[in-house]
Amino acid sequence: MTATTPAGSPSGPPPTAPATGAASAAGASASAGGDAGHRPPAGAGPAHTGSAATRAVGWLALASLALLVLYGLVISPADREMDDVVRLMYVHVPSATYLYLGCFITTLASGMWLWKRTPGWDALAETGAEVALVFAFVTLLTGSLWGRPTWGTYWTWDARLTTTAVLTALLVGYLALRRLDVDPDARSTRAAVVGLLLVPNVVIVNRSVEWWRSLHQSATLARIDPTIEGDMLVALMVGFLALGLVFTWLTIHRFRVAWLEQQADRVDLDAALAARRAEAADGDLDSDPHEKVTPA
Amino acid sequence: MEPVVHLRDAVALLGRFPALAGVDLDVERGEIVLLRGPNGAGKTTVLRACAGLVPVVRGEARVLGHDLRRDIRPVRRRVGLLGHATGLFEDLTVADNVTFWGRAYRAGRADIEAALVLPGLATRLRDVPVARLSAGQRRRTSLACLLARRPELWLLDEPHAGLDHDARELVDRLVRQAVAAGATVVMSSHDLDRAEALADRVVELAAGTTVTGRPAGPVERAAPAVTSEPGAAPTAVTSEPDPAPTAVTHVA
Amino acid sequence: MWRDATLVAGRDLRVEARSRVTVNQVAPFALLVLILFAFALDPEGPVLERATPGLYWVTVLFSALLAIARSAKLDEADGVRDALRLSALDPAGVFAGKAVAVAAELVALELLLGAGVVVLYGADPAGVGLLVATCAAATAAVATAGTLYGALVSGLRVRETLLPLLLLPVLAPVLIGATRAFDAALGGVPADGWPWCGLLAAFAVLYSVAGALAYGTLLEGS
Repeated sequence: MTATTPAGSPSGPPPTAPATGAASAAGASASAGGDAGHRPPAGAGPAHTGSAATRAVGWLALASLALLVLYGLVISPADREMDDVVRLMYVHVPSATYLYLGCFITTLASGMWLWKRTPGWDALAETGAEVALVFAFVTLLTGSLWGRPTWGTYWTWDARLTTTAVLTALLVGYLALRRLDVDPDARSTRAAVVGLLLVPNVVIVNRSVEWWRSLHQSATLARIDPTIEGDMLVALMVGFLALGLVFTWLTIHRFRVAWLEQQADRVDLDAALAARRAEAADGDLDSDPHEKVTPA
Repeated sequence: MEPVVHLRDAVALLGRFPALAGVDLDVERGEIVLLRGPNGAGKTTVLRACAGLVPVVRGEARVLGHDLRRDIRPVRRRVGLLGHATGLFEDLTVADNVTFWGRAYRAGRADIEAALVLPGLATRLRDVPVARLSAGQRRRTSLACLLARRPELWLLDEPHAGLDHDARELVDRLVRQAVAAGATVVMSSHDLDRAEALADRVVELAAGTTVTGRPAGPVERAAPAVTSEPGAAPTAVTSEPDPAPTAVTHVA
Repeated sequence: MWRDATLVAGRDLRVEARSRVTVNQVAPFALLVLILFAFALDPEGPVLERATPGLYWVTVLFSALLAIARSAKLDEADGVRDALRLSALDPAGVFAGKAVAVAAELVALELLLGAGVVVLYGADPAGVGLLVATCAAATAAVATAGTLYGALVSGLRVRETLLPLLLLPVLAPVLIGATRAFDAALGGVPADGWPWCGLLAAFAVLYSVAGALAYGTLLEGS
């Protein structure tokens, strides 16, 4: 795996330090700022999700995707047995890898949020799951396209394909919980419990499905691991690089969107307090018709 | 001695809304304090904050000697909250409910039995499912649940609401008995005449803040006897079983 | 904790004894599903017999969803959540008690459905030891995971639709494991079934621990 995630490092300040009410947020540490040099100073939140670093990552991702097209479709040879279909592998295998990476990020960030309660981890958990879902669809699509010429059917109850399908359902459920319009803190807590159980669930599903299929599966089905060498290996590596950069780019941007959403959602406590106190001073007390005090 | 409730500039949020925007409240042991104010003034939130159900995010908040901002759990089982919601299981009978909650709060069998008799619950109601009770009977059942656990701090949110005259009398008598036995009471009520007669002291709330020294407005009582000064006129613990309100700091 | 668990389990079962929702509604529903499966698959042919373990467990899962939703609903009634938070009850004990009550209802359902597949589908119970062990492990797995996810959706407006979406993918391994173990007991080699039993037990242990740890957080965070 060539790409690194910007997310795993729990060091450094958050992109913005929340202005109010959050001694706890001072420790918010799940910054996906990617490049430490481009992290905005604390207190000045980014107004948009891009930065010089992310633009660089974006251009690199585009360039490496072009390189992947070149290597995957032109330079690397067709497989002796699987012919041109093997080229799907250069996308499929890295997608599946980054899918699992995204799930891992969600579980890790959910655990950290439950522990530290700093909003950055919550945003990161959501980011991981959403990016993972994108790669889940890519994995399922390429897997099905692979299956048609290889196995003669778009869908087969291959252990890995089945695991990915169940995992996709788990991700959809998690994100459905995140979409609910309820108290943000309650939602984050519930989502964090589901997110924390994501990887354990995937492990159990994978074990059971592997086991299940191994009891029935005859060896006639070709697996997706042909021996690869030479230009095919290079193409696969380029695939890992290109999709890794895409993963990084998506993660950074999605994290920043989530972070900005949190900031927008966060009322400035001081302003709200001032408004409420002004209400008291204005004598709004007396304007409530339900509450006239009748003289004794 | 440390006050039972000590709030200083306490701020609490409901969602993102500052329901409490700076409340000062001191309640000494054995006092009955009435929270007064219009709808939305924060009376219920003050009571829920004292029970540790709504976190206090700024200011000082100490209840029964524990800092609510650090350590809520030891406080909770020592306070009793009678809220708008009854907290009863519809499918269970009155006796089932009182027994379950009594045992959940670690009450003894004798206390539970006594509580079932006290709030004027007719014996024939014991084995009736709560779903078939009237609002007033549910209220009495909640009151029985509260009695069974013998809280040190009673937090009563509109204890007179939905009750007939006899039941209101009963509430007042139970409150006085509890205070005589060493409990402390903070309450809100819309039955102001009754509540003010019961209370030792009135604290006025407006828009999530305690009102201190407000000029008398058109709807104010003759003397806006609002005390929210710390430790102002604390009543001594009364030992009579059914004392008349001793030190009412306002003129009704 | 065990004292609290007993108290809560007793309460939930008492609610069931008084309201009889499982007896009067969930159990008939489960039998109805068995009958519908027989309509969908030719009852005279070999399909139904081969599919019996799977149909049995799918029916158990769907009925379990109803029982779990019902159990979760008990604790979201007016003021009950506040009262639970104010009480001295150990959240892990509340979780254990609710899971035990759900498990007791599931065992009753499984016995009924077992009789159902014997009578309706002509299943021939064999390998009783494995069947009982599988039922025990699968029941524990469904009850613990279900109680946890029931608490996760409790109080939400969309809980009826969200609970199956969250819970069914999680329970997919339980369905696979229980079905394979039943297959092995009824028609295959019983020795093949025991590893599945182990998987179900491991699942139950994972969710018991997760539920006991998370329940307090979920009770508070609302």
